[in-house]
Formats: sequence, C-alpha cells, structure tokens
Amino acid sequence: MNPDRPQRILQPVRVRTIAGSFALALLLDFMPWPDLRLVPEFVALVLTFWCVRQPRLVGLGVGWTLGLLIDAGNGVLLGQHALAYSLLAFLAISLSRRILWFGLLQQALHVAALLLFSQGVTVVVRLAAGAELPGWQVLVGPLIGAALWPVVSYLLLIPQRRPVEPQEPRAL
Amino acid sequence: MEHSPPPFFKRGPAPVVRLAFFASLSLALLVLDARFHYTEGLRRVLAIAAYPLQLAATAPLVLGARVGDYFASQSTLRADNAELRARLLAASLDAQRYQAAEAETERLRRLIGAAEHLDRPTIPAEIVYAGRDPYSLKVILDKGTQQGIVAGDAVVDDTGVIGQVTRAYPLTSEVTLITNKDHATPVQVLRSGLRVIAFGGGSSGLLELRYVAPDAEIGSGDVLVTSGIDGTYPPGLPVAKVARVERDAAHAFARVLCEPTAGVNRGRYVLVLGAGRKLPPYPETQPKPSERPHGKPRRPAPRNGTR
Repeated sequence: MNPDRPQRILQPVRVRTIAGSFALALLLDFMPWPDLRLVPEFVALVLTFWCVRQPRLVGLGVGWTLGLLIDAGNGVLLGQHALAYSLLAFLAISLSRRILWFGLLQQALHVAALLLFSQGVTVVVRLAAGAELPGWQVLVGPLIGAALWPVVSYLLLIPQRRPVEPQEPRAL
Repeated sequence: MEHSPPPFFKRGPAPVVRLAFFASLSLALLVLDARFHYTEGLRRVLAIAAYPLQLAATAPLVLGARVGDYFASQSTLRADNAELRARLLAASLDAQRYQAAEAETERLRRLIGAAEHLDRPTIPAEIVYAGRDPYSLKVILDKGTQQGIVAGDAVVDDTGVIGQVTRAYPLTSEVTLITNKDHATPVQVLRSGLRVIAFGGGSSGLLELRYVAPDAEIGSGDVLVTSGIDGTYPPGLPVAKVARVERDAAHAFARVLCEPTAGVNRGRYVLVLGAGRKLPPYPETQPKPSERPHGKPRRPAPRNGTR
C-alpha cells in the first residue's frame, strides 16, 4: 500500500482458498521432518498471513482452534500452541495496517518478530511445565519461516490476482 | 463521563476482549491438562480430527519407500537374503536353546509353586510420526485401541525396550520413550541381580540410574534388563548398558549413566506387548520414595508414571 509503487487491485478472497491453505500448512507441519527444530511452523506463518491480509475473516478464534489441533496431533501439553497462536493472531491483526505499508522484505522482518514471539510463548509454557531449556536451535525455525514470507505472500495471493486482459481497441 | 459514539459497523467484541477470552481459555486448558489430566476426552476427539492429516502427511514418504523397495537392485536383495538366512540359522539355534531353557524353567517353577507366566499378546506397529516437540521424546504409532492397544502397554524393538504406551487413541497411540525425562523403568543388573530404577536423561539420549549406593556392585559394561517388578514390562528384556559410573565421596549416591540398547531414536517397526499378568493392587500406604523423588502428586494410574 506504499503510495510510491503501483498496487494491484485484488479480487475478493474466497473462504475456500483460506481453508485450503490452512489444510496444506497443517499437512506440512505434520510431516515427519528429520530435525523439527529447524523447520518453521507453517501454520503460524499462514495464520499470520491471513490475519494481516484479512483481519475481518481470520482472527483469534481460528488461531486458537488450529493451535489446539496442533497440540493434540503432536501429543504435547494441550493449550500451548492455542495460547501462542491466539497471541500471534492478535498481534498480527493489530499490526496488519502497519505491516502492509512496507515492502516484502520489511514485512518479513515484522513477521520474524511475530514468529519469534509465538515460539517464545510455547517455550515459556514448556519451561513452566518442567521441560529442559531448549538450545539456540529453536530460534532457527521462526527465522526460516520469516524468510519464507515473500514466497508465501506470492503463492497465497495467486488466486486473488485478476487475469490481465489486454483491452482490445474498440471500433467506433 | 466519556461516551464513544456507536460504531458504524458491527464487528463483535474488541480484539483485546477476544484475546483475553482465548488466552484465559488456553491457560485453563493448560492447567487442567498439566495438573489434573481432565482433558483426555477432548484430546481423543482432536486426535481423531488430526489423524487423516497425519496420515496424508506421511503418505508420500511411505509411497517413496515402497517405490524404492520395488526398484531395489538384484545384488542388494541377494546379499540381504544371504544375511537373513545366516541370521535365521543363528536365531533358530537360539530358539531351540530358549525352548529347552523355558521348559526347564517351567519345571523348576512348578516345583517351587510359582504362578505361571502367561505369554503376552503382541501387536506389531509402525512409528508413523515423531512428535513435533523435540523435547517431549514421544512417538506416535499407527495402531490404537481398535487393534487392542491400551495405555500402559510396553513397546519393544528387536534389540530391547523402547518405551511405554502413555495414551491410546482409537486409531493411534502415543509412546513415551525410555529416554524421556519423566519416564522411569524398573531394571535389574543382569550380572549381580541388583534392582535399580532407570530414569530418562532427556535430550542427551542416555539413561540415568538414581539412588545407587556408592559401593553397589555395578560397573561400566554391565547389562541392565527389566526386572518385571512393576508389571508393565515383562522381566528380562534388555534395556541399557552401563556406560559410566562416577563414584564421588561428596554425594550420597553414585552417578551411573547408561546407553539404551534399543534403537530408541532409530528404526520404524516396533512390537507392542499387551497386558501381562495382573498384579495385586499396590498397598495404599506411603508413596515409595524411590518412585516419587520430588514428592509431587502424580497420576495414580500407570505405576511407573509417565507424562
């Protein structure tokens, strides 16, 4: 929305697109990765994207439900990702106007802070429940997630782009 | 008194109110789950909802493995065949010896009038999914209560004990590995018969024996097997090998670190051992000091309790 650059006018989003992207993110999250600490939380990333782009449609309720699903699927303490994702959704919604003002790279910096915060919440909850202190590797996942932000933004906006129709000169 | 004008558009409660609602809901769930374990029903429902996604997520890998198997070269197959045949020979020799020994034990046991051990039902299962939380040291199996798995079953692989089923869902079950920080395994030193309890060492992947007297007869290289005292694990399964014993006069107990014999973090195929013989209920006196080192109230149900 930077006034200096031309902006594309997007078509209204379809709920199907949002649901499909969340399903895909859950799928990626549930994949058996070799080292899970280095893998970004795709659901958190997609949730941030939709909270920034569509704060009226996607919000805390969606984040909370997805977090609960992730908790149950991973067999961890129920509620930790639910808490982290509802906080993440809240911050993303409050910052959505500000974030969209910047270019993609600066947006990614904002997203890095948001994802690190959400990861921090789960780590704190786990520590409170008596887990060990995790290594520095927990920071890698959110940073990789933020690095993926431009790619995710491009991919998730594809269904909303208008096909470019060259205007035919009309015969008068 | 300040009055804000009514909003133009109906947007529901303010974001801060929503945040407070969902955050307190999450915190309530966390407390209910961590302290009181009231959320098992909800967890079961959510696990069923997540199961198709988990299955779909692992499907490409399984397919890839199958395709890879199909194209396995002739020489690999032949080498595998030869090796397996050699192993089968050795195993059948062992089996014969085992049968003879078992018959002999049976006779001796009948002589002393001990209760006969029943063979446990075994259920082969596959690890479909390692928990995303790298510190929880839990894995998910592809069989559940539908196939007869119940919480408390022991899980082994071909080389030793892997862990214990802590939650059984209809289609999947969750196994806590023996290296989990909250898991305790009652073991016995094979050489001397000394009974000790092995606690998981967390992400180090080792086991630690606690409450071992400094002059106890234990040394590095000793093999630890399950003692079978708790009724969860059948006796005699290999658990770990002692890696290091540190005897320090400043401490009341020796520090013993062991390496698990089973591929706790490797391998995909495991065997779930069904419920064994029923033990009489534990006498309700004081909690055993060796099992509740911190005196925290824990769930009473599985006795070598895990979370």
